Amino acid sequence: MSTFSAIGEEREIDRDEYTPGVEPQPTWCPGCGDFSVLKALKQALPEVGRTPEETLLCTGIGCSGKLNSYLDTYGFHTIHGRSLPVARAAKLANPDLEVIAAGGDGDGYGIGGNHFIHTARENHDMTYIVFNNEIFGLTKGQTSPTSPKGHKSKTQPHGSAKEPIKPLSMSLNAGASYVARTAAVNPNQAKEILIEAIEHDGFAHVDFLTQCPTWNKDARQYVPYIDVNESDDYEFDKTDRVEAAEMMRETEESLYEGEVLTGRFYVDEERPSYGAEKQEIGEMPEEPLAERYWDDDYEWERSHDMFLDKHA
Amino acid sequence: MTDDELIWRISGGSGDGIASTSQNFAKALMRSGLNVFTHRHYPSRIRGGHTYTEVRASADPVESRGDGYNFLLALGDSFARNPQEEAVYGNEEIKPLSENLDELREGGVIVYDEGLLDASEIPNFDERVEENNWHVYPLDLRGLARDQGREVMRNTAGVGATCALTGMALDHVQDLMRDAMPEKILEPNLEILQIAYDQVKEEYDVDAPDVSVPTGEHDEEQLLMSGSDAISYGAIDEGCRFIAGYPMTPWTEVFTIMTQNLPKLGGISEQVEDEIAAAALAVGASHAGVKAMSGSSGGGFALMSEPLGLAEMTETPVVLVEAMRAGPSTGMPTKPEQSDLEHVLYTSQGDSQRVVLAPGTVEEAYEQSRLAFRLAYEYQIPSILLYDQKLGGELKNVPKSHFDREPNPTLGKTLSEDALADEPHSPDGKFHRFQHDVEDGVSPRSIPGQKGGRFLATGNEHDPTGHIAESPDNRVAQIDRRTQKLEAIRDDLNQEDTGSYAGPEDAEYGILTFGSQQGTVEEAVGRLNDAGISVKSYGVSDMLPFPTEQVREFVESVDEVLVVEMTASGQFRGLVQKNLGQYGEKLSSLLKYNGNPFEPAEVVDGFEAAIVEGDGDASGHQTTFVPAAGD
Repeated sequence: MSTFSAIGEEREIDRDEYTPGVEPQPTWCPGCGDFSVLKALKQALPEVGRTPEETLLCTGIGCSGKLNSYLDTYGFHTIHGRSLPVARAAKLANPDLEVIAAGGDGDGYGIGGNHFIHTARENHDMTYIVFNNEIFGLTKGQTSPTSPKGHKSKTQPHGSAKEPIKPLSMSLNAGASYVARTAAVNPNQAKEILIEAIEHDGFAHVDFLTQCPTWNKDARQYVPYIDVNESDDYEFDKTDRVEAAEMMRETEESLYEGEVLTGRFYVDEERPSYGAEKQEIGEMPEEPLAERYWDDDYEWERSHDMFLDKHA
Repeated sequence: MTDDELIWRISGGSGDGIASTSQNFAKALMRSGLNVFTHRHYPSRIRGGHTYTEVRASADPVESRGDGYNFLLALGDSFARNPQEEAVYGNEEIKPLSENLDELREGGVIVYDEGLLDASEIPNFDERVEENNWHVYPLDLRGLARDQGREVMRNTAGVGATCALTGMALDHVQDLMRDAMPEKILEPNLEILQIAYDQVKEEYDVDAPDVSVPTGEHDEEQLLMSGSDAISYGAIDEGCRFIAGYPMTPWTEVFTIMTQNLPKLGGISEQVEDEIAAAALAVGASHAGVKAMSGSSGGGFALMSEPLGLAEMTETPVVLVEAMRAGPSTGMPTKPEQSDLEHVLYTSQGDSQRVVLAPGTVEEAYEQSRLAFRLAYEYQIPSILLYDQKLGGELKNVPKSHFDREPNPTLGKTLSEDALADEPHSPDGKFHRFQHDVEDGVSPRSIPGQKGGRFLATGNEHDPTGHIAESPDNRVAQIDRRTQKLEAIRDDLNQEDTGSYAGPEDAEYGILTFGSQQGTVEEAVGRLNDAGISVKSYGVSDMLPFPTEQVREFVESVDEVLVVEMTASGQFRGLVQKNLGQYGEKLSSLLKYNGNPFEPAEVVDGFEAAIVEGDGDASGHQTTFVPAAGD
């Protein structure tokens, strides 16, 4: 259908296409890890073969939400914590779209935590990138759900008494079929993981460690990372839930002890995506619902002809 | 009040089959040619408790529950037979009988299940029966059903007895049972129906019934439909194919009906984690080019104020339905009230704009559901359909032809790819999704996946391309344009005949009301005029934008106005005065907020006491009179 002809278009894509014409200057601070996410996405999308016009990027609120302004795709900059419900409905309405959601650690694991769990549980076919800098940045440096225990801030002056959230384990337990962690300081791995995540047919959760040079100078993201998929010290089968869970536990504990382990922690290629499941049980049309509104030949059924006899 | 009507009340415990039995009985009456209207009263629990449904039937049109009732079928409390026969639940053991007697009219009929209820336990029962000239028929419905092997079918026995005592033929009831029941339980039910009918006929002299079923005839095919049904079918006919929700009484009815029907139409329904997600999903689906809705009741709608504001700021069309129940907080889950009006009008931060429509009848629920979608998509604005538990759950007959209308799946000002290519909206070649100066304030949109239509939707203030912008000139241009839509919608609504008027045009007095109280008020207006009091009513359907001129005209045309609503604080009266900016000295209020809707007699009494006699004393009813300002 020519209505959505940007979808599935096969051509060479220049990464500059993703750069807005009249460049809004990023408001991110110099040295911010968010630049790395932007760069990795601009590299990954052309390699996957997805054009800006078939891509819908849904973001939350905060520094990470600005990603929409600097990556020129179809975009929806939503509200705090709500990028996922907006994104997954768009995917159900038009499964041909490449849907990517992004947000920060406060946005995704705090205020949007409920949506995160349920989107992972349903295994929607989308990519979710969480900019994890262990701090609230745009509101000027408050403790976030991933800040380490004992972290001091204006809102936790005595040091946080809370254990940090374990996003990878949370995601795995909720049902995500692809779980990885990468870091801004490793652009090659970040790009590769994003390519895999976008291509993955299911909910791909990427915890993206991004340094905040302004509000979180102590964070561990500055230390060298170890890629668990490449190091001989970490033998595990990333398709095995139990081994993956064990590796995630190790990763999430060691992060706060100065050792940053990154890589692919869980990959399940077998589990069908939510949209596929819904189609299977007859709760979703085979053709994208959104296309129907543009099909002049489609016959819209009336309640009068379909349902009213049972009321007679 | 016409005497030629049957108002049949079936009472018992939740789980006794009150709802299904009354629905079938109402449909049988409709099929026999009568106009019907039902009223539900039930507690927030799964089994037991005091619950009843009234079915009003008349040859004349019926638009309200009426006053009291004239036939009681009292089944037992479901807990009386489970787990032990003698078991009772709390202090509710005889409520199916005792709780209902206050509203039974003089000369009315009582049929009660003597296998489960003991009338002698009710204080002064015999005296009251004599005083009110009630006709009492103690029948062992349980025993009768048990003899046929299924005690649970005693409600069928009750219907059989009703038919025998009111002179109603069994054929329509039997037809309905054949339509509605699975084979396995059909035969014993038919048998029980017949046996109960025959036994009562034999035992009592019923040739001259104490209360008889009137006779009537319809000149076209009728449907028995609830407000929730009508809202759902309106949405479907307007092309809605996506719904997301979270269960909450009474909104669940619309959610359920849509969920059962949408997959048959290739649509999608999603039950999600909470109401914030539900409304956000509707926004996301609409953004991707589908007609979408969500909804809830008061507490759930509170969670939706965020996505509601997002839809307004990003100009994403969406329809939310709000089924009011008594609040605040979780309030009274199964009881109607209209007190979410201000919540729905003003929720969400900033100078936020939305459309709010409040249908008054089942017919209007269908029309305004369609209208809510049309306005949302034509003007790229959220619309809210505001109704209450009463309208959502009440059943009435509506001619089938009312729903015989063409579908309208158009998305409003949405550009095709050809249009996007032909008309670049800015010199820089970028699509300007949010142009400053457009007719009606509506800037055409594109849909993700379309070539040449790339834009950013953001809840932040934004420039024409959609990018975040805080310049003063842009801010003023954008907010003025979004506000301008409301004026365009007001003009649009003026082309439609959305309000409902009753009574003589040159009447001396007026009654203003909104939503589900409309039918009741109109019946009261008829009675007041019959009694020689010149009064007319206006049921207002548009809450936002408000039909200021029409309401002003109405108020100016009469000496005094009574505003009737189910709130404690006079929210609708406040809205009227806010929009009119004067006439406070002309408007008084009649309020009811005890969990039950008005009966026509309460409006009649309240009007006579407050306006005609001027003492504001509507004693004897649980209504409140608030005089005009300055009195």
